[in-house]
Amino acid sequence: MRYSGFRVIKEALTGHRGWGPAWRDIDPKSSYDYIIIGGGGHGLATAYYLAKEFGKSRVAVLEKDWIGGGNVGRNTTIIRSNYLLDGNEPFYEFSLKLWEGLEQELNYNAMVSQRGILNLIHSDAQRDAFIRRGNAMILNGADAELLSTEQILKSYPFLNVDNARFPIMGGLAQHRGGTVRHDAVAWGYARGADQRGVDIIQNCEVTGFKIENGRCLGVDTTRGFIGAQKVGACVAGSSSRLMAKASMRLPIETHVLQAFVSEGIKPLLPGVITFGAGHFYCSQSDKGGLVFGGDIDGYNSYAQRGNLPVIEDVCEGGMAILPMLGRARLLRSWGGVMDMSMDGSPIIDRTHVDGLYFNGGWCYGGFKATPASGFAYAHLLATDTPHQTATAYRFDRFATGRMIDEKGMGNQPNLH
Amino acid sequence: MLINHPILGPRDASEFVYLGDANLIHRPDWQAEDALAQFTKYGYLRDNPAGEHRELWFHEQGDRSWLIVTRNTLTHEISKVEMARDVASAEGRSK
Repeated sequence: MRYSGFRVIKEALTGHRGWGPAWRDIDPKSSYDYIIIGGGGHGLATAYYLAKEFGKSRVAVLEKDWIGGGNVGRNTTIIRSNYLLDGNEPFYEFSLKLWEGLEQELNYNAMVSQRGILNLIHSDAQRDAFIRRGNAMILNGADAELLSTEQILKSYPFLNVDNARFPIMGGLAQHRGGTVRHDAVAWGYARGADQRGVDIIQNCEVTGFKIENGRCLGVDTTRGFIGAQKVGACVAGSSSRLMAKASMRLPIETHVLQAFVSEGIKPLLPGVITFGAGHFYCSQSDKGGLVFGGDIDGYNSYAQRGNLPVIEDVCEGGMAILPMLGRARLLRSWGGVMDMSMDGSPIIDRTHVDGLYFNGGWCYGGFKATPASGFAYAHLLATDTPHQTATAYRFDRFATGRMIDEKGMGNQPNLH
Repeated sequence: MLINHPILGPRDASEFVYLGDANLIHRPDWQAEDALAQFTKYGYLRDNPAGEHRELWFHEQGDRSWLIVTRNTLTHEISKVEMARDVASAEGRSK
């Protein structure tokens, strides 16, 4: 079924009885050409692009719970391509371009809203660093603009620009950045993949890999063995747990990141603002809630919930930059677990096992990468060569010294 | 989280800095034949278990000692706290 305004009116007049499910609920077949483990945003996007761009049939997505129930449903919905390094920026700009055409391509309202993202500057040194980053963005085909404090105050007149510790001295804006309705991304890709014949199998947890003579022949699941020509792991947050079943140790620690939403208020924030120095960033959802977050808790955790010190730290950052925030009540806070890699950048690569591929290590930046991650992973799975924007996301970069460390923090995952 | 410091008693986890897996106290031998491979594993690969995890915490806002905390990464429950110094000397490593 094609969604359209006409269809909405027709269904409204006929009691909404014609919609039908957006994807099939289906039992697994005995074997597939491609199995994607993980029905999150990245896994569903991978399956969609495998079918659409690379013409593959016999593709399955295996999800242990329900699709979109992990980090694609837990993030703060921001899209942007404001990276510095050559290994990253072309990839994230490719992703942003895919976001721009996503809804028409999927025929699905993902509420892509390019309301702009603004990184605040508090010192001369930070301005120099941001100018450099902006130039790197422009060189890679992205957009960037350096704003003065006066320009910022036109859009954000309420910001505390005279903070004694972190006065606002300008900002780096990416006007094409913004927010997306995160759940709709999972649902839109699932529907698009399903329409192209992909089997989306929920409540099907992978319990092991069948590996013989260095080749992956399929996966054992809670619904029996399923054979495959190629298996792609795509379970960021739980990557170490899954890949341990293939005797792999990863350059990843799993950490918890918390996020927050206030009660709904009238339109206040026109775009996304980041106050990196104060560990705080914020946007406003279309329902009116202020959606904000800060740093990871900083210790290994699979608990999908964090602790109070970080809640206090994030709220202090918010109060420093947006003093009016104190009048709003905090409605909800939650946590998601993420693959924090050793250099802060992801991995999309083959493994030492033939036919077994890996996508993970997204740190807290996986959501914005969803379309390009799916596209690049599908490219790798279909052609056995990396997509041109993802050539640096290799496992062996740690051994060869080709880390992609945006912040220069070294091999300390909780500092990225 | 409260970390029951062996000397100072229960202290809030926010007084500490987290480093990571306690195996980091087992620095490889730099003179070994395969030192490069060993250091690559030491520096970059982690077990990252879901469940019991032994990990290094530094009491930066306190007595500046290193602790080895055994903590469950699924529940955050702490079952054991040792001085890293004691663990290392029990292995015959420190003087």
